[in-house]
Amino acid sequence: MRRKLDMGKTLLSDRDLALKATHLRKKTLEAVYDAGAGHTGGGLSCLDILNVLYNRILNVSPETFSSPARDRYVQSKGHSVEALYAVLADRGFFPEADLKTICHYQSHYVGHPTRHIPGIEMNTGALGHGLPICIGMALAAKMDSASYRVFTLLGDGELAEGSNWEAGLAAAHYKLDNLTAIIDHNTLQISGHTRDVMNNEPLDEKWRAFGWAVKVVNGHDYAALTEALSKPAEIGKPTCIIANTIKGKGVSFMENVAKWHHGVPSDAELKQALGELDAAAAKLKEAA
Amino acid sequence: MSAPAPSMFTPAAKAMAEKLGLKMGRANLEEFAATLEELAKANPNIIAVTSDSRGSGKLATFAKNLPKQLVEVGIAEQNLVGITAGLAACGKKSFGVSPGCFLTARSLEQIKNDICYSDVPAVLIGISSGTSYGALGTTHHSLHDLAVLRAINNITILVPADNFETREAIRFTVKATKPVFVRFGKAAMFNLHQPETKFAVGQAIQLRDGNDVAFIATGETVIHALLAAGKLAERGLSCRVISMHSIKPLDVEIILKAGRECRAVVTVEEHMVNGGLGEACAAVLLQNGVSKPFRIVGIPDEETVSGAQANIFRHYGISMAGLSETALKLLK
Repeated sequence: MRRKLDMGKTLLSDRDLALKATHLRKKTLEAVYDAGAGHTGGGLSCLDILNVLYNRILNVSPETFSSPARDRYVQSKGHSVEALYAVLADRGFFPEADLKTICHYQSHYVGHPTRHIPGIEMNTGALGHGLPICIGMALAAKMDSASYRVFTLLGDGELAEGSNWEAGLAAAHYKLDNLTAIIDHNTLQISGHTRDVMNNEPLDEKWRAFGWAVKVVNGHDYAALTEALSKPAEIGKPTCIIANTIKGKGVSFMENVAKWHHGVPSDAELKQALGELDAAAAKLKEAA
Repeated sequence: MSAPAPSMFTPAAKAMAEKLGLKMGRANLEEFAATLEELAKANPNIIAVTSDSRGSGKLATFAKNLPKQLVEVGIAEQNLVGITAGLAACGKKSFGVSPGCFLTARSLEQIKNDICYSDVPAVLIGISSGTSYGALGTTHHSLHDLAVLRAINNITILVPADNFETREAIRFTVKATKPVFVRFGKAAMFNLHQPETKFAVGQAIQLRDGNDVAFIATGETVIHALLAAGKLAERGLSCRVISMHSIKPLDVEIILKAGRECRAVVTVEEHMVNGGLGEACAAVLLQNGVSKPFRIVGIPDEETVSGAQANIFRHYGISMAGLSETALKLLK
């Protein structure tokens, strides 16, 4: 029986989440702009996943972050930290004003997640680390007969790291159905298309062959993400959710353009991007 | 038929050990396994993680007696360290147990980030470290581990010399709230300590006093320094012998005292001379204005000679005869 903890999950409709996403995308872009560095495209591609995780799925809140019963989330693709910071600030883990200090001298908000920041479970940034760590966490939950779930978010380019496949074997071997790995499948990495840099397709068949229960969803569809993340896909198997996403999602000139992997917007580009997101928000409000 | 592995101790060295009243114990590896199992029986939170290394880690009986406290990850050391970190982050006292050569090279990034930088109280056990695998060659030697781990923030590094130090080191790791690395070999070791000896991390143990030469040794080289001190005593020289079981934090005071009070200092380690105990001692002495004749004995920066561990030790002067000779040259 999954322990019910009122960890402050929000009761937001899909439209509310979409509206929130426009705000979070703006915060992500401003954070990269203010820092003068960061990872833009991948942050925008995984933002809807984070939005659903922190508002609908994870049993965790600022008040319960030290509870042993909380769900664990480890962001293996640590470079998408601005999006994560934006979501954590929105959920009240720390003041939104802190986003202005990302990458600043002596700021705790370095350019990849660290445990100095409330809400961050593990320090990540080197790729291929999140999944093995989460296996340890999921094993600990099983040993303790604890009902918390463990989630990690991987980049699709990150899957070239061999440690993911070591972990893929182990998670299935230990039947870790309390573990969910989400792949931010935006098909682009720093040098170009993942299929050209190091092809990893067909991803779904690979994870199934490793013994995982696999679901393929639209990574920008709140209902689909919520359905896929709400419970383990299959008893006795770890869950892999391949979330098809658009790198740079939400800003016309950033979408599906590899150079925005770590591009920093100019004044004009930021203005245009924020304008597009404001327009999207206005449209959502009109539709209500 | 292959030739039997040569003994680590020549008849003359064995005679000196007997003269010094030293008794042979078991391998530190066996002492570790017995200690961990004993502690784990009393504490179900202790989890051993192995990479097809339960046999080489002498943990087969642990696995048999405490199957729920052992996680096997297969031959996958990166995964071993990540899983060990995740277990520790969720409240387990996890021990990643794997040959030192693989644990500290292939998984170095996991040690650096998942354990040290993330600051989880995990323990890493480098089994059959140094040149324990002898003739299996450089792939199986860990002569870099102290250097690379010294260069990483937030990890305690322990290198026990005998069964007593091994037992005490493992007891310390169970209570530690920060990352710890312990490395030892698989050959039987002489017992060096009296029962009343105190063990504390960061405090080396002085085994013998003297003011001519100070041997500052670590791990399984300490016995050879002690035997050399015995041999040099027969020539009228008094030598100090220090077991530096704690490489990080280092016992700075005992190094400075040795440097100030002795005519020469010889450091001894089963490790490359680059970045290990010797260079650490040299930095301590130099930065405190202590300048004495000084020699680092270890494995030089070359392709390590082939042969059994005993061959390698003797080849590089990590022996009673070799260390005596080094000391005498320094005093000239």
